[in-house]
Amino acid sequence: MIAGGQSLIPLMKMRLARPTALIDINFIPRLSEIKNHNGEIRFGALARHSDIEASEHIGAIPILHDCAAGIADVQVRNQGTIGGSLAEADPSGDWAATLLTLESSVLCSGAEGERSVRLEEFFTDAYTTVLGREELLREIVVKKPPKNSGGAYVAFKRSAPVYATASAAVQIMLDAKDACKDARIVLGCVGLTAIRAKEAESELHGKKIDERTIARAAEAAREAAEPQSDMRGSAEYKRALVAALVKRAIGIAVRRARGEHVEAGHEYVGR
Amino acid sequence: MSAVEKMNVRIRVNGEPREALVEPRTLLVDFLRENLNLTGTHIGCDTTYCGACTVLLNGRTVKSCTLFAPMADGGEITTVEGLSTDGALHPVQNAFAECHGLQCGFCTPGLLLSTIHLLKKNAKPSEKQIRKAIAGNTCRCTGYQNILKAIRMAAGEMEKR
Repeated sequence: MIAGGQSLIPLMKMRLARPTALIDINFIPRLSEIKNHNGEIRFGALARHSDIEASEHIGAIPILHDCAAGIADVQVRNQGTIGGSLAEADPSGDWAATLLTLESSVLCSGAEGERSVRLEEFFTDAYTTVLGREELLREIVVKKPPKNSGGAYVAFKRSAPVYATASAAVQIMLDAKDACKDARIVLGCVGLTAIRAKEAESELHGKKIDERTIARAAEAAREAAEPQSDMRGSAEYKRALVAALVKRAIGIAVRRARGEHVEAGHEYVGR
Repeated sequence: MSAVEKMNVRIRVNGEPREALVEPRTLLVDFLRENLNLTGTHIGCDTTYCGACTVLLNGRTVKSCTLFAPMADGGEITTVEGLSTDGALHPVQNAFAECHGLQCGFCTPGLLLSTIHLLKKNAKPSEKQIRKAIAGNTCRCTGYQNILKAIRMAAGEMEKR
């Protein structure tokens, strides 16, 4: 199955994927629609990153814009799809970490019918999901977060077109006294799948979010990361990077939860 | 190995209907260069990085080295060959020439199309927006300063029209 092809075609050129036949799903009508209904945003599998970046429906969930607007470069965003990104399950993909901070699920269609899978249960390993051989990821459903919530996705990459070296996705809900009612912290690129840093979340739960609590959460996130040394950096460097990104993302998420308008997204040289 | 069944691909390229019988795995850039003899679209890295192969597909920039030609079947493509009208350069081409926004010229076709795509969406881009818009186009000669100048000039010229 080929959607945008922005990962599959490079993999085929390197002979890391050698499909004997491909089914192009780009011609299926209405599979790229973005709908906003009943407190949910529904993304058709073929919604391009640039469609999402420009969509009026994601205004209430700025973390989705952070992610969509910074994936690779304009050309790749014009062609690459959210469904393809999730189904490929590249450990360095941006969407998994972002969507795992929200209540998200995917609709999978096959000969036997359709099933809904919570995103937490969708990824099983690097490049591996629960999708069956004859199943298609058809739609992504994201529940709008409650009031007084804010999120941010911050990724560091060496240049625009490449995968990030590390990323942090944070979603925070504040209570009436400005303390943390709920927090989700997910790390990207530093494990076989995106990693939910629950210890880091507990450092925030029920507390006033200040410099000290943020520092503790960042330290817990550094511990939770499972990076490998590669051409993007040493494991030690990536742990330090994760801690810095989590710190930054929490700060932005909290300001957004308080109603502030703050810019966030991918950071790279020359930006 | 068994013979691969070829597919007929029909695409409107620079306003003209074109078609060719190709293997399904044919990359769009090879379709343009080899089958249609439109060699203005360049192959730089062939790894979805450099953007030298950038063309417009249905009005949006794509890297034509990262698309199979059959995926563009029925679509409309603009390449650098389609930019001038009756021998007169497109304002974006003029601005690149005026500002010396190129040296060897290898990346230029891709940058022209990325600039046209940007200015169509955003007639008055900020410095930051320009940088972001061309982040998928690599130039190894200029250091980008004159390219940025050219894009600012093109934005001004196209506003006047």
